[in-house]
Amino acid sequence: MNAVAYATAAAPSASAAQALLAVRDVRVRFGGIAALDGVSFDVKSGELLGLIGPNGAGKTTLFNCLSRLYAPVAGDILIEGRSILEIPPHRIVDIGISRTFQNLALFGSMSVLDNIRVGAHRRSRSNFLTDAVGLPGTRRRDAALTGAAWELVDYLDLRDVAMRAVSDLPFGLQKRVELARALAARPKLLLLDEPAGGLNHEEVDNLGRLIRTIRDERNVTVLLVEHHMNLVMSICDKVVVLDFGRKIAEGTPAQVRADRDVIAAYLGTAE
Amino acid sequence: MIAGVALALLLPLAIKGFFLFQLTLALIYAVAILGLNLLTGFNGQFSLGHSAFYAIGAYTAAILMDQADVAYYWTLPAAGAACFIVGFLFGLPALRLEGLYLALATFALAIATPQLLKSTPLEPWTGGVQGIVILKPEAPLGLPLNSDQWLYYFTMLTAALMYAGAVNLMKSRTGRAIMAIRDNPIAASAMGVNVALYKSLTFGVSALYTGVAGALGALTVQFVAPDSFTFNLAIALFVGLVIGGVGSIPGTLLGGLFILFVPNIAEELSKGLAQAVYGFILIAVIYLMPSGAAGLIRLIVGRTARSRSQPVHFETASRSARLTRETPMSSSTSGDENAK
Repeated sequence: MNAVAYATAAAPSASAAQALLAVRDVRVRFGGIAALDGVSFDVKSGELLGLIGPNGAGKTTLFNCLSRLYAPVAGDILIEGRSILEIPPHRIVDIGISRTFQNLALFGSMSVLDNIRVGAHRRSRSNFLTDAVGLPGTRRRDAALTGAAWELVDYLDLRDVAMRAVSDLPFGLQKRVELARALAARPKLLLLDEPAGGLNHEEVDNLGRLIRTIRDERNVTVLLVEHHMNLVMSICDKVVVLDFGRKIAEGTPAQVRADRDVIAAYLGTAE
Repeated sequence: MIAGVALALLLPLAIKGFFLFQLTLALIYAVAILGLNLLTGFNGQFSLGHSAFYAIGAYTAAILMDQADVAYYWTLPAAGAACFIVGFLFGLPALRLEGLYLALATFALAIATPQLLKSTPLEPWTGGVQGIVILKPEAPLGLPLNSDQWLYYFTMLTAALMYAGAVNLMKSRTGRAIMAIRDNPIAASAMGVNVALYKSLTFGVSALYTGVAGALGALTVQFVAPDSFTFNLAIALFVGLVIGGVGSIPGTLLGGLFILFVPNIAEELSKGLAQAVYGFILIAVIYLMPSGAAGLIRLIVGRTARSRSQPVHFETASRSARLTRETPMSSSTSGDENAK
């Protein structure tokens, strides 16, 4: 970790004590290209924050930093004031981050219920031996995990297909399974990577309501990456706009919509 | 199911000698194939080297009996433990290899093992090219069984325990994590599965199963020699895996029967062209059951269930069609209702 970047990062994070997620001057490079060039913003607990920007702006790159799939060359990412950059990818879910993927990353041959149960993997304990023997304690814990998974099946209206293999389901249902799987981890911070991709107009409206409902009922903070401008503007409390790896605007949907840099980024400048 | 168990239990009283020996061996192969299936079918890691684990299991049993006079039943846990360790350690570097490259690395294991067993430094224990002859276990407690019959029951008991363990494991949290890694390792990791650890442990458990089978094989054949465990055995196990059904636990039983009996049947049909006949049978079987015996059974069960319950099926079909046509995220409305 860059010592200078660390020092600059420490000052603002102390002042924003209530931020659930703090992104501090994060820089990511692919070869010579800066995919993220010093991005900083905060997400408060319970907030629904939209992250928008044209293609290649660095939105998914930022998500992949949050999932520890990419490591920033500088900057820091803090959850409740604690850096996540030393945490291995499979432990990210332990500190309360769960996600969906842009192009769906489901366990295709497994049932809907099993996909959701894998989402709750870290919410139970067992090992090869206890599971092979089938000790009563292990079975009890697994039954509790299964009960919670069924609750999510009903919550997202998946009961009719719960035992079907996920790969046999239509695209829209698969997206819902992925959402259920992410919720099974009971995250504090839910990362949604283009959940509206491939959905029609009416479906997008329903999705917007669903995301708000989930935020309100399940006490999750939501970070939403989305191309669908109407969706972001209608449901988000705050919007951060990226362009070419930099943050060009941040504010309420109304403020962002009126921002000249944002308009230029989306429509091009008259040069 | 119950009839099958009863048949398996009473069989040794009706048949005798060589055929019983063959059945025992088929069951042993089935356990070995089950080991391979845990790795390949459920975890998605290829192996063309499971003959090596079978050999290590067999030699562990033979050496312990030959050199240390260990009772035959203790050789099974010893062989399992030895193979678990070797499999786990082999699985660690194998983490860096995917698909065909892993197949190649395990292939190297398969071709190296027989030669290592023949090598001079190990000869005091392995007996070199000569191998080791061991004694057949006798039935305990004065049971009125000859040693062939007893070995059959002993193998059956061991296999039953190991199949029960595998079924439990695959129905459990660990099993779901193993299969999730096969389907999508990145997503599995994002959901909190320690992919590297689970893959190496699965390699270890897979080797354990095949190693215990190897130890049972040594007891049954009463003899181990390097040339019994060549690459041909690795391929035979792989054939059994595919014939039984990749990712099917009961299918491995059929796989074991197939690799033991079908080459013999081929030889009956034509002594001179036994291999060619075997090849032809193999192609025909794969053509008729492209997803193995397990796939064929699923298909038959599915067909009969469908024809028996036509209206019900129609209803579910139209229901799922309606779900599809409706908005995929339409659940939000019901979510709202749940809230109020």
